[in-house]
Amino acid sequence: MNTPLRRLASVVVLMFLALMVGATWVQFVQAPDLNSDGRNVRTLYREFGNARGPIVVAGESIAQSVPVDDAFGYQRVYTQPELYAPVTGYYSVVYRRSGIEEAMTTELNGSADSLFYSRLQDLITGRQPQGAAVELTIDPAAQQAAWDALGDQRGAVVALDPTTGAILAMVSKPTFDPNLLAGHVTADVTANWAALNAAEGDVMANRAIAGNTYPPGSTFKLVTAAAALENGLDPAAQIPAPNELPLPLSSSVLRNFGGSSCSPSGEQTLADALRISCNTAFGQLGIDLGADVLRDQAEAFGFGTPLQVPMNVTMSYFPDEPDAAQTALSAIGQYEVRVTPLQMAMVSAAVANGGVQMKPYLVQTVRSADLSVVTQTSPEELGRPLSSVNATVLRDMMVQVVADGTGRSAQISGVQVAGKTGTAQTSADAPPHAWFTAFAPADDPRVAVAVIVENGGAMGNEATGGAVAAPIARAVIEAVLAP
Amino acid sequence: MATVTPHRVRPGRGLELGMLTISLALAVGAYALVGLATTDSVPVDILGYGLGLGGLSLGIHLVLRWRAPYADPVLLPVVVLLNGIGLAMIYRLDFAYEVRSGTESTFAARQLGWTALGVILAAAVIIVLRDHRTLRRYTYTSMVVGLGLVMLPLTPGLGVEINGARIWIRLLGQSFQPAELGKIALAIFFAGYLVTNRETLALAGPKVLGLQLPRPRDLGPILLAWIVSLAVLVFARDLGTSLLFFGLFVAMLYLATERHSWVVLGGALFLGGAALAARTFSHVGARFDAWLNAFDNDVFNASPGGSGQLVRGLFGMASGGLFGTGWGQGRPDLVPYAESDFIVASLGEELGLTGLLAILVCYLVLAQRGLRTAIGVRDGFGKLFAGGMAFTIAFQCFVVVGGVTRVIPLTGLTMPFMAYGGSSLLANWIIVALLLRISDNARRPAPPGGLPAVAGPAVPGDDAGPAAGPGGSDHDTEVLEVRR
Repeated sequence: MNTPLRRLASVVVLMFLALMVGATWVQFVQAPDLNSDGRNVRTLYREFGNARGPIVVAGESIAQSVPVDDAFGYQRVYTQPELYAPVTGYYSVVYRRSGIEEAMTTELNGSADSLFYSRLQDLITGRQPQGAAVELTIDPAAQQAAWDALGDQRGAVVALDPTTGAILAMVSKPTFDPNLLAGHVTADVTANWAALNAAEGDVMANRAIAGNTYPPGSTFKLVTAAAALENGLDPAAQIPAPNELPLPLSSSVLRNFGGSSCSPSGEQTLADALRISCNTAFGQLGIDLGADVLRDQAEAFGFGTPLQVPMNVTMSYFPDEPDAAQTALSAIGQYEVRVTPLQMAMVSAAVANGGVQMKPYLVQTVRSADLSVVTQTSPEELGRPLSSVNATVLRDMMVQVVADGTGRSAQISGVQVAGKTGTAQTSADAPPHAWFTAFAPADDPRVAVAVIVENGGAMGNEATGGAVAAPIARAVIEAVLAP
Repeated sequence: MATVTPHRVRPGRGLELGMLTISLALAVGAYALVGLATTDSVPVDILGYGLGLGGLSLGIHLVLRWRAPYADPVLLPVVVLLNGIGLAMIYRLDFAYEVRSGTESTFAARQLGWTALGVILAAAVIIVLRDHRTLRRYTYTSMVVGLGLVMLPLTPGLGVEINGARIWIRLLGQSFQPAELGKIALAIFFAGYLVTNRETLALAGPKVLGLQLPRPRDLGPILLAWIVSLAVLVFARDLGTSLLFFGLFVAMLYLATERHSWVVLGGALFLGGAALAARTFSHVGARFDAWLNAFDNDVFNASPGGSGQLVRGLFGMASGGLFGTGWGQGRPDLVPYAESDFIVASLGEELGLTGLLAILVCYLVLAQRGLRTAIGVRDGFGKLFAGGMAFTIAFQCFVVVGGVTRVIPLTGLTMPFMAYGGSSLLANWIIVALLLRISDNARRPAPPGGLPAVAGPAVPGDDAGPAAGPGGSDHDTEVLEVRR
């Protein structure tokens, strides 16, 4: 019986060899795949076990990790949760991350390449590893002003420093409380998630950069005007501004807002057409310039180019092959033209900054736990969508819009504000979106802003950009300019 | 005429004591590291724990000195090490469970109690059972007891169903898996039955494709074992126990007859039965699906019967990597049943591949020392029984670790000596006691005069090798070799 026993012993060795190969396969060969599997919550738990860095606005934490006595060790706490939700996003055990929490996660959790020396120090000195602090460009006064002025209306506000591109305010409404998703009890977080998703108005979308894109309406006339100037239109020349513009190859007719007349003579200057937002004049201008010229100008302003601030920004869109009638509608920001509020703020900012467009950014500095600066964002030029001469011409036209045109409710005593209203039709039975984009002071711009109030906000069908959106922009400008 | 080759045998008790010290140092060290990692301090009861584990080990060591001085010196230290490492991991998991649920978790305390009971039972077996051949008298009693234990959970009122499997009974507030003890009884029966009938079962039947098949009339016993194991699979819904019984029977049948055809036949029968069961019963089919398509999202999320637990165990092992997170530094509690069915994944996570391989080597040493005992012992019953028991340990490891590492489908067996569970721990300590007892017999030098060391019952067929074979010529024991 000893021969089969010896053979059995060999079989046992083979069985254990198989197990050893199996264990090596899992723990060595397959390990990288398993560690990066989306269903593997260990990565997240490991992150929660570290002190995640705070998100800071003007020296105050708006999101920080507080030590707690549970399996995770730290609880993420948002101090002004709803005000800053579009910026911070959420940080959840169950639903991962969004916003800055997602875009800057390697810095916040301390695993970014830029934090290598900080980690090395922690390793040598035995200090508890800590994530870096992310300091934002947000101006808390502007953020609060935008939040208050928008009130209960649906919409978004975004404000930029036109000379640097720093984002000063980013508000989206309705919004949510990220603390609801930061809990550690899965059942509660799951229930809150379901409730937020079921809530009216897509509360977790950041409308300023990545909600649904909107038709820009008359604010797009800034792009059309820039295209005309860049293509040699004399700002003093009279251009056709009929009461009705029959659209080529169609039975439709383009009218002005409320069916009004732009000029008794049927002609006016570009400046007047912009001041009173004359649809027929810009429609005809669009047809004359052609879709390709308009598209080139829109792309020069950033349409169709991916952008991170550092969150991904939805690309704005100008239609591919519109016919003449569709081009006329596109020139006044209707048809299939779609923009984000940030894109419209970038158009104003480029005009404000003498035609030089700066890259928008939200993160000012990243500081390691010992407060040393790890990275600092330096302003970056994105492009020059129009010449400085034409930028000055367009700026003066925008000043007239506020001084004596559709944007009068954005006037601030003692400050020259340049702006443009928009009232964008969405569908026949829904109230229009109210738009306003502006910058100030006109001669030394410190802030550019874009405001959208969805479906007319509180005024509904009676809404215009001038009546609903312009006062909000004014409030934000006042907050930034306040001493 | 007797030729006597003098050969000095060292009982090895001193060696055993030395190795026991190392095992205890590793086990108590692990316990201390868990405390340091989870509470930043050495556990307050470390002294009591160390003394308790040390006392138990020393106790059984002394029992061996007294009643089985020639017992294999490697078995006990390996078992104490495995049991101690398992205890440290269960203690570590208690911490994690307490932090997560906020309520007290007492797996480690209960496991320590079961360990103590297991050691005492093992000592009792060594003291009471002076000669393993006595067990052969109870061949058919063992069959009845073994089958009875296996069927016990199916008794209405007594048996309880946990997670779909009916392999537990509830008695005096404790749940118990009688099949764990049943496997010992059945091994006694198999050994006794096979040693008597091995000549018949070894007779040649028809030859098919170069394979010498047994005679059709001798197929009865294997078919019976097959039906019983299928019954366990179908009624108790436990793939692991079913596989273990049938594997044990086929292995012992092969040991007794030396016929490969039995292994081929057994393998074919089991695979056929399993394939049929997988098609017929959804819970068996689900196991196969979870094995083959573990990473499929639907299979991963399916509950019950999905691959969620398996894949979470793989995640844990992967996060441990080559050297592990260290005691108390990982998150083994993220895997369901981390303290019992998935303790291997927990160990893989915190001790790394290195630690897991070391543990596997310990089990391999344990099984090989058991098989070595079977080779050394002189009587056929002892050979079969020791070989069967040693194979059970190895096979159970294979089924458990293979299931967790996705080498084979996952089944619900426990890792001997490590996994949380009283019945498994008691049964395995008894198995070790029996192996120690048999190894004492195997290594004990024969007294002058060529008589067997211990007088056993005179049973026909109680010889060393197959009747036609070279008999004891392939003995390579270190004991005096006696030939008549």
